[in-house]
Amino acid sequence: MTALLVVLATPLIAALVLALLRHAGLAGWLNVAADAVSFAAAVALAWQVGQHGDIAGLGLRVDAFNVYLVVLTTFVGLTTAIFSRPYMRHVCASGRIQPWQLRLYHGMYQVFMFTMLLALTTDNLGVLWIAVEGATLATVLLVSLYRTPEAVEAAWKYFILCGVGIALALFGTVLTYFAAQHVLADPVAGLTWSALFEVADRLQPEVMALAFVFLLVGYGTKVGLVPMHQWLPDAHSEGPTPVSAVLSGLLLNVALYAVVRLKMLVDGSLAGTATPHLAGVLLMGFGLVSFLVAGLFLHRQRDIKRLFSYSSIEHMGLMTFAFGLGGPLATFGALLHMLVHSLTKSAIFVTVGHATHIAGTQSIDHIRGLIRTQPAVGWSLLIGVAAIAGFPPFGVFTSEFLLLTATIQSQPWLALTLLSGLAIAFAGLFRHLHPMVYGAAPAGQRPVPANLVPVYIHLGLVLWLGLAIPGPLARWLDEATHLITGSRLL
Amino acid sequence: MTLAELPPLEQWMLLVAAFVLFTSFVLLAQARLVSAIHAFAWQGALIATLTLIVAQAEQSSHLWFSALLTLALKALLIPWMLHRLVRRLQIARDSEALRWPTLAIMAAVALVIFSYWLVLPMVAQELTFTRNIVAISLAVVLIGLLMMVVRQQAVAQVLGFMSIENGLFLAAVSTTGGMPLFVELGVAFDVLVAMVLFGVFFFQIRESIDSLDVDRLNRLTETQPEGQTETRTGETP
Amino acid sequence: MTPLTWAMAVAQALLYAAAAPLLIGWVRKVKARLQNRRGPALVQPYRDLYKLFAKEVRVAHTASPLYRLAPYLIFAAIWLAAASVPLVALGLPTTTIADMIVLVGLLGLARVFLALAGMDVGTAFGGMGASREMLVAALAEPALLMVIFTLAMTAHSTSLSGVIDYQLAADFVPRPSFVFALGGLILLSLAETGRIPVDNPTTHLELTMVHEAMVLEYSGRHLALLEWAAQVKLLLYGALIANLFLPWGIAEGLAPAALVLGLAAILVKLAVLGVALAVAETVLAKMRLFRVPAFLNLALLLGLLGLLSHVILEVGA
Repeated sequence: MTALLVVLATPLIAALVLALLRHAGLAGWLNVAADAVSFAAAVALAWQVGQHGDIAGLGLRVDAFNVYLVVLTTFVGLTTAIFSRPYMRHVCASGRIQPWQLRLYHGMYQVFMFTMLLALTTDNLGVLWIAVEGATLATVLLVSLYRTPEAVEAAWKYFILCGVGIALALFGTVLTYFAAQHVLADPVAGLTWSALFEVADRLQPEVMALAFVFLLVGYGTKVGLVPMHQWLPDAHSEGPTPVSAVLSGLLLNVALYAVVRLKMLVDGSLAGTATPHLAGVLLMGFGLVSFLVAGLFLHRQRDIKRLFSYSSIEHMGLMTFAFGLGGPLATFGALLHMLVHSLTKSAIFVTVGHATHIAGTQSIDHIRGLIRTQPAVGWSLLIGVAAIAGFPPFGVFTSEFLLLTATIQSQPWLALTLLSGLAIAFAGLFRHLHPMVYGAAPAGQRPVPANLVPVYIHLGLVLWLGLAIPGPLARWLDEATHLITGSRLL
Repeated sequence: MTLAELPPLEQWMLLVAAFVLFTSFVLLAQARLVSAIHAFAWQGALIATLTLIVAQAEQSSHLWFSALLTLALKALLIPWMLHRLVRRLQIARDSEALRWPTLAIMAAVALVIFSYWLVLPMVAQELTFTRNIVAISLAVVLIGLLMMVVRQQAVAQVLGFMSIENGLFLAAVSTTGGMPLFVELGVAFDVLVAMVLFGVFFFQIRESIDSLDVDRLNRLTETQPEGQTETRTGETP
Repeated sequence: MTPLTWAMAVAQALLYAAAAPLLIGWVRKVKARLQNRRGPALVQPYRDLYKLFAKEVRVAHTASPLYRLAPYLIFAAIWLAAASVPLVALGLPTTTIADMIVLVGLLGLARVFLALAGMDVGTAFGGMGASREMLVAALAEPALLMVIFTLAMTAHSTSLSGVIDYQLAADFVPRPSFVFALGGLILLSLAETGRIPVDNPTTHLELTMVHEAMVLEYSGRHLALLEWAAQVKLLLYGALIANLFLPWGIAEGLAPAALVLGLAAILVKLAVLGVALAVAETVLAKMRLFRVPAFLNLALLLGLLGLLSHVILEVGA
């Protein structure tokens, strides 16, 4: 319990301190330190959960599924903070943002971490909603941090689309609460996961089906599912790079986490009706469409950050599809994919941040010859993209392979679609990547001071996961799979 | 069961719910910003009244508090903030006529019918009067969405957003007698923060495009003309 | 359907014709007082009618027989329509034979002849007035029907008497659908009787005229009949609003005491409505003609909302 409280309290306290702290250099370090403390506490928490099972209390509940995401969130938060410290100072020194904006950035970064962790650990549907909405509010000012017309436009779209989407999710939450009131005596318990799961089979199926549609559209907006994805490329491309990294690596996961939890609930409620797999089919549909559409859109991108945000949509679509497919194999694969995608994608965004500094533009057509100018950045980008495209021996390959196997097992025809989608996305990424990495470097292009340690750590981990999944992690993921599907893989 | 057999308080509740729906239509069609803000305030006040009636009918003390919260936030504070913003941005006299007002209204009517159809299976299960209000609240939500689609003015879009929140609150109050208090407080806090941020954005948008017509926020599209990418430096310091 | 009830029905119809100028006189008086004028006497409209009836009729050379016939037809149609609206007592044969749809039809008939008569002489004003009148009518009639359907669905009857009976039989219930229907009907009444803000009954300004433009060529007893018909129409709408939505006090039988009470009740209701109309006309400005469709769309919307709120909130509640 203490570890859980430390995980939640650290970012909150850090946010307050950072909002008041005027010393820019110290703020960067404090940001890193706070994330390091959260990460350490999260690891301790995970160990406790592994030893003693679920931890609950104070309206919070941690089980195998969310503790895994808590660790991932704090880890990516930490490495991104390490990257952002010199990066944002550099941006500030170049005069693009004012010192007070840097303070805003650090404060909001911690608020964002807090809302993410709260959304993951809370046992209450209402608090989940508040936290996810809070995450939008915390990041929207970060997206518009540079105050260019594009940035303001991106932030406005992000704000409006996610605000509206999340409002629909609240309607679904209200409907769920309504259904729960008929079976639960205690009104507060009507929004509690643990209480709801126990009575899931008695919740009114008509209401729950309607609720799930609203919840899926609502949280799906945050996941970036097509056609509610419009905000995602804009927000990713116009915000500062560390923000893109955490949005892609964390926010999307947390939203997907909410969708998966709700699917578990609705599956329980619909089990006895004519359409027991409604939630799964919906997820598969949205997931597959997102996967294919984003793969096609990869081809026509001109902005490097937009390119990789479409790649995020593609991978979120794939995971959504896998969770919709259900079954232990697909779920295990999806959980692993969540992990490796977060690690790889945040590493790529960090590298891209350096690449744009080198080239002085985000336009793909004008980023050339990275490997000649600064081999470390060029190689990182190359390896990162190879990893995200699903090349062996990286972890993404493993998870995608698992997903394909699961698909062939239950829906053989869809496997064909998946394969062609992967090929399209692969081609889309590499046609842009090749000239950026190998092309002739423009005259006068110089290396920039780069902080690639987080990239090496992330890519190293992804490589490790591709070669051999450590036993404890596999058991851990299996535990989460058991929680979601009710059966084990291993 | 017919209307006449309901207890008097519940009859009044339905009347107030109908008025809430009417204010949604007014919001949708009202061209003048200041009048639209007033319509929004009225909607908040009506919802607070409805909450009060539910509180009275169910003798629930926490709903008294929610009613007060709604009145303070939705009927007074947010309209006041919007009013102030509109005056500071000097757009108080602006009006934005809808391109196809009749079409928008008819679409809204269709949305009301759609939301009724959507909740029909729910209502059929539970023949209690307040369930009928679910259809109204869903309609308020959807009309708010429609408003955000058809209006191009940023302030009008925010009004649509806030009226969606109103519809959600109405749904919570009418179906379940309100969500748990801490959830309601959290939602209210989020809404308030959102309003403050909207205020910040009005100024940022006007600074960047010299107008609050968000249709002119159209730089980010999938197909950027060749010339535009040249000038776009994005993140470059 | 005894001879007595028929006698009462005829008496009520006569009452409509006789009382109509009084209502308009009352409205003018109150309006004058609101504008700090003394205003004409209450009976001034009677004097005007008397004077017009006594005057010679002048008819344009280009006029067809329709032009001469129209005032009689119009007055008859409106009077018949009025006879079908309960004023003092319920259950009279005229009000049970004709229902609300007949009422709309009779009013429509009168309007068609008025528009034809307006165009008949071939002057610019007549045609302009007629086209404007038809614009208003085209938008107002669906709205009126919508209001009527709302009432009919609640009462399960399209007869006015049926609706009023239904209202009186039940205890007072705040019906959202009736509130919207009332709002819609008030807007429609203003449009249909040519009052501010849709039309100005006292103007002869070419830009704004609707009703006055159509009757511009009429004189003598023809004009008197048209004016009288317009007055009956105002009373008809007043009685509709008063008795459909606030029926309390209307005589349910033909006992003398009930009839006296009914008469007093309708007098009070109409007096209040007259004051409200006068206040509204003083406060509001006439709207530009191209804003009128928006005004009538609002009436249509209110009718639709009445219908919807009936279905959503009241059925199976």
